[in-house]
Amino acid sequence: MAASEAWTRWRYRWIPDKLVGEILSKSWIDTLIPGVILAAVLAFFSLKLPGFLSGSNLGDIAQIYGEYLIIIVGITFVMMAGGIDLTVGSTFAFCNLAALLLINSMEMNLALGIPLIMLIGGAIGLINGLLIGYLGMRAFLTTLVMLIIVRAVVDQGLLDYGQTISRGFNASTAWEFMGVGTVFGVPSSLVVAAAIALVGHVVLTRMRFGWHVMAVGGSRRSAYNAGIRVKRTVCLTYMISGLMTGLAATFYAARLTSAGTDVGKGLEVTMLTAAVLGGISLGGGRGSVIKAMLGAVIVLLVQNSLIRMGLTSGTSSLVLGLILLAAVAIDVRWVKNRHKILARAYVSPTYFRLPPLPETAAGSGSPYALNDRLRGVAAIGLGELDGPEDVIFDRDDNLYCGSRHGDIIRFFAPDHRRSEIFAHIGGHPLGLAFDPQGNLLTCVGGMGLYRVSPSGEVTKLSDETNRSLLSIVDDSRLRLADDLDIAPDGRVFFSEATIRYEMYDWMVDALEGRGNGRIICYDPRTGQSRTVLPNLQLPNGICVEPGGQSLLFAETWGCRITRWHFDGPHKGRREVVIDNLPGYPDNINRASDGTFWCALCGMRSPVFDLALRMPDFRRRMVQKVGRDDWLYPNMNTGCVIKFDAAGTILDVLWDLGGEAHPMITSIREHKGHLYLGGIYNNRVGRYHIPGADPAWTSNASYWGDRS
Amino acid sequence: MLRGLNQERIVFTIAVVLFVLFSVLLPGFLSAGNLLSLIQNVSILGILGVAMAIAIIGRGIDLSILSTMPVSAAWLLTLVNGGMPIGLAFVCALGFVIAVGIINGTLIAYVEIPAIFATLAMGIVVYGFGKAFMTPIDAVYTGRGESWFYAIGSGRVLGIPSPVIVFALVAAAAFLFLRTLKPGRFIYGMGDNPLAARVTGIPVRPMIILQYVIISIIALIAGIVMATALAGINTRLALSTMVYDVILVVVLGGIGLAGGKGGIRNVVVGTLLIGILLNGMTIMNLTYTVQSILKSVILLLAIVADTLLNPRDEQTAQHGDI
Repeated sequence: MAASEAWTRWRYRWIPDKLVGEILSKSWIDTLIPGVILAAVLAFFSLKLPGFLSGSNLGDIAQIYGEYLIIIVGITFVMMAGGIDLTVGSTFAFCNLAALLLINSMEMNLALGIPLIMLIGGAIGLINGLLIGYLGMRAFLTTLVMLIIVRAVVDQGLLDYGQTISRGFNASTAWEFMGVGTVFGVPSSLVVAAAIALVGHVVLTRMRFGWHVMAVGGSRRSAYNAGIRVKRTVCLTYMISGLMTGLAATFYAARLTSAGTDVGKGLEVTMLTAAVLGGISLGGGRGSVIKAMLGAVIVLLVQNSLIRMGLTSGTSSLVLGLILLAAVAIDVRWVKNRHKILARAYVSPTYFRLPPLPETAAGSGSPYALNDRLRGVAAIGLGELDGPEDVIFDRDDNLYCGSRHGDIIRFFAPDHRRSEIFAHIGGHPLGLAFDPQGNLLTCVGGMGLYRVSPSGEVTKLSDETNRSLLSIVDDSRLRLADDLDIAPDGRVFFSEATIRYEMYDWMVDALEGRGNGRIICYDPRTGQSRTVLPNLQLPNGICVEPGGQSLLFAETWGCRITRWHFDGPHKGRREVVIDNLPGYPDNINRASDGTFWCALCGMRSPVFDLALRMPDFRRRMVQKVGRDDWLYPNMNTGCVIKFDAAGTILDVLWDLGGEAHPMITSIREHKGHLYLGGIYNNRVGRYHIPGADPAWTSNASYWGDRS
Repeated sequence: MLRGLNQERIVFTIAVVLFVLFSVLLPGFLSAGNLLSLIQNVSILGILGVAMAIAIIGRGIDLSILSTMPVSAAWLLTLVNGGMPIGLAFVCALGFVIAVGIINGTLIAYVEIPAIFATLAMGIVVYGFGKAFMTPIDAVYTGRGESWFYAIGSGRVLGIPSPVIVFALVAAAAFLFLRTLKPGRFIYGMGDNPLAARVTGIPVRPMIILQYVIISIIALIAGIVMATALAGINTRLALSTMVYDVILVVVLGGIGLAGGKGGIRNVVVGTLLIGILLNGMTIMNLTYTVQSILKSVILLLAIVADTLLNPRDEQTAQHGDI
């Protein structure tokens, strides 16, 4: 091995490139951007302003944060539903006026006054909500006009009641506590804000209403089609915003007891900047309460510190405007390009070296030498089937196979001409196995492990396994359950081909050359699934050996077949049975003479084998070339091999023209015939095996003759 | 009969009714002097309305004109007061507004920020930039020099106040631009259906930049008229709610916010109604706050009517188009 290749191998073994793509694919990545900005802001101002991080300074700032943070929760709801609320500035001033008038001057009871003022804010929000939600008006203009109207009313109110307000004084301790009180050193408004934020977060992420809000923001039309009451949801978000603004204004009134004309002026722009800076997407659907709060903290810190640095109002509004522009620009570009970055960064090739390719030429004396024995095999269900990945027989010789449409199809014995849809599951049913009770167990790509009773009743057995400790992608959910077999004690061992790709992308996994798949054990006694063998290179076929203590599994991209003892004296031992197949092995099943059949779904090519040793090349290919032009493994031709427990190749069946069975994913021996399935094929093939036991069935081999 | 009712006609009818009512009920309303001052008072609003109309017809909006207008005009005056020849100072101000227009257009066309946010933020930036680097004091007054320049806003031609003439000229130029020139027709196409405009080969992005440059230049013209009419200009105008009055004029006149509809005639109609309304309310001696409440309620009714008459097309409305 050349030194450069050794270096490549070492580098791809120890530098976890795949983490970049996996982190980018998480939804919390969006929170990182405001987090980094906040850190930068803190660092910048603590260098520029001495004493910036001191307790007293932060305490002063914290006093005003509570009010803003309460408002931003409401704004978050509005923006997540795809709206915008510019009225908050005026609503804030209006409620401030109302609070001063009702509570400060008229000394109304707080328990009555605070809800009343919140309701006033909520009423303004309701007007917005009715106009925008039910009338379908544009949020920006409507709330803008409401801003002007309410502001004009406030100005009029100040003229009429300004005198009364300035004379008023409410001496109650509760009112004073709202203004300047602290709980363990934290200002009261901040405590309330934290509680509201917590409730808001839970509602938005965990409750029905929050999900509706997110759905409406994500795609209004889809939400409507899904039966969500879009208009009501939109209307309610504006009401929430109004209620929150009313509460914030009450705290403000208690703190400052002033009713100047500039109360709440520009608040709407500050809040908009905060929300967008935090990463609440314009147009809705993306964001969280926490992000909005981060954004608000950043904006308030910047505003406060700019004033403390002695900048003129011009410069500070210049800076604020530039921040808003930069934030929206980053947001817009990020939303637009995120999936492109992800597509470029997600596929993460690694080094893998296969042994030299075995000879397959006809007459070469190789056990894999070409022949044409599968030419002209009989076809079952020609043209009716679409993607029968696996084939199986029940005790009455009826044939079952899956389809791309999520059905299990049954062909009736004896001639397998008549068929019916036995059960509809969804996904794409792949591997099939019968248990002793005659239930059909199937691995459904995209869904998990399912059981179909003899009467056609579908039960989900498992769609999750234990989450591994350090994985970044969620590997607890089953993405691509592939093939299964059942041990004598009823445990089901099934393979999951890859945890990094969905079913429609399974072949991209080949470009990585990493062990992304695993074998999982479902235990019917506990109903739980646990991963037993992680990090396999697209584990595919699984076959429990007649001894009932070990199983054989095929790793498609690893081109090898391995035995693993799950029971007995060698429990836990893993030994390679065949390590250098000329193609990519798929399902393995028992043969009548105690040996095994294995389908090769595609054949290796020297080019792709070489590419597997050049991860840099594959990375460049993925990044620079369109995915239709990527170099994929060859899936256009395949064969069937027969091997014994020691790994000796006994027989090989080819279809040279590739007309009937270009790609074989499964084989099942039944009463002297071999039945061939293919995931991209439109038929099940039937090949007569010369000299095979005409009475042998797989079912009897597993569970004994019918007694 | 009801079928033929579009917003422009409704507003025009209301304007005529109000005009007749005020003429009968309010003494002094119908005098020639009052009518001229009525138009004069709203001519700056009308000029800005023309600029806003160009933005809205192309399915955009420009909230930054109310910063561009006072800042560029104040800078021009500052330069002139500092001894710079008027011509050169005008070229400087023109360069500034063109730069603002190009930045606006680039942010909208290439960075793809929704127009409403790009121009909102640019308004703040332009105001802040002006305060920080161009005109350190809020209010800038015109110098004492006798020049044709100062007559732009305060002179009279054939007895007609010159702001009215400028409004007429700007409106006529914009009318010809939108009706007869290729870029004008393109703006209609882009407003009607941006994707279709792009598919048919209209250079949408450069057109958007052109659109916002034109808008900024019109804002400069409005600024010069205002500064010379009032013998000075205050940059704090950028913080006022006048931009909403401009939108009011445009939307009231019947230019749908969905874009692609309406023309300069609608701006004139909207401007007349606002002019009659403000003039009448002033004669009736209503306070400023009551006037602004009434005005904004009318604006609300106008956009409600706009929504009912021009419902949003959910098929072509873009995601995030709020």
